[in-house]
Amino acid sequence: MNIAIEKQDGSPDADLKCVFERPQALSDKPFHYCPGCSHGTYHRLIAEMIDEFGLLDKTVGICPVGCAVFAYEYFETDMIEASHGRAPAVATGVKRSLPDRFVFTYQGDGDLAAIGMGEIIHAAARGERITVFFVNNGIFGMTGGQMAPTTLIGQKTTTSVDGRDPRTTGQPIRVCELLSSIEGVAYLARVPLTSPKNINTCRKYMRKAIRAQLEDVGLGLVEVLSPCPVQWGMKPGDALHHIDESVVKAFPPGEIVDRVSATAK
Amino acid sequence: MDLCQIHTDRCKGCELCVQFCPKHALEMSEGRNAAGYHPAVLTHPDLCNGCALCAEMCPETGIEIYRRQKRARHEAVDQG
Repeated sequence: MNIAIEKQDGSPDADLKCVFERPQALSDKPFHYCPGCSHGTYHRLIAEMIDEFGLLDKTVGICPVGCAVFAYEYFETDMIEASHGRAPAVATGVKRSLPDRFVFTYQGDGDLAAIGMGEIIHAAARGERITVFFVNNGIFGMTGGQMAPTTLIGQKTTTSVDGRDPRTTGQPIRVCELLSSIEGVAYLARVPLTSPKNINTCRKYMRKAIRAQLEDVGLGLVEVLSPCPVQWGMKPGDALHHIDESVVKAFPPGEIVDRVSATAK
Repeated sequence: MDLCQIHTDRCKGCELCVQFCPKHALEMSEGRNAAGYHPAVLTHPDLCNGCALCAEMCPETGIEIYRRQKRARHEAVDQG
């Protein structure tokens, strides 16, 4: 990935310094995600955090089932592929047998909020020292755009062709609010990945969620509101506007629970 | 060398970098890359100030940003 820094005439240019490049913890393999999907951005942010905390040689990641099922291809750390929704249970086992490792799970809303709801609630209730990176795009992206528990009221999907009807399919589940009553949780935050400013906010939240584990406080979870341009039937830019206009009303961003000290120990 | 280096082979043509560039220095190419997408290209390198907003928004991490170091910048001014 290194480009030789050269001036126009071909001589080396020592004045130029690289300020933004691919993080070390991210492999060179191109992502398989659809154009405009925030999975790639979130992968990069996690890799940046691993580099920043110097955790590259002692990180174990747990992959979900869903769009990010091949996430193990993209990180230069040890990765385990869990059954659908069972990433927090696998992470529990890894963290308890190897307490000095940094253990994170990467899960989508079909994985964490649907089939894996029991696992995340009980991992939180036990106060497991794991970090959960949660991607909420309000739809089952990989399997063809079916309705998820986080789908908005009135949103059209392939299994709710007239829009989601709360009388038959209920209301969208707000995972952060649901977990906020559990005392084993150290950190819960939600942020939309819709602008450079929000991406910076996401970095801030991720640092705290990682410190919740490293400082032995409890479970940390960061939920990002991600677009799914292909299954929403929108252009990538329009999908980001849709999040800023509609999705944030159902899923208000911000820090929901913060039991981590303000400064690093 | 341009401050913004786009790896056009990684680009999937989502246009987010073009939409978020405050200087409008980027455009989508008419040509295609190996994967069949129209990649983003830096059409106005003189407008680019290396703010890295395009790289921040790129879901493929396909953009590298270079900046001139501060001291070097002053020296360049002194030399006229």
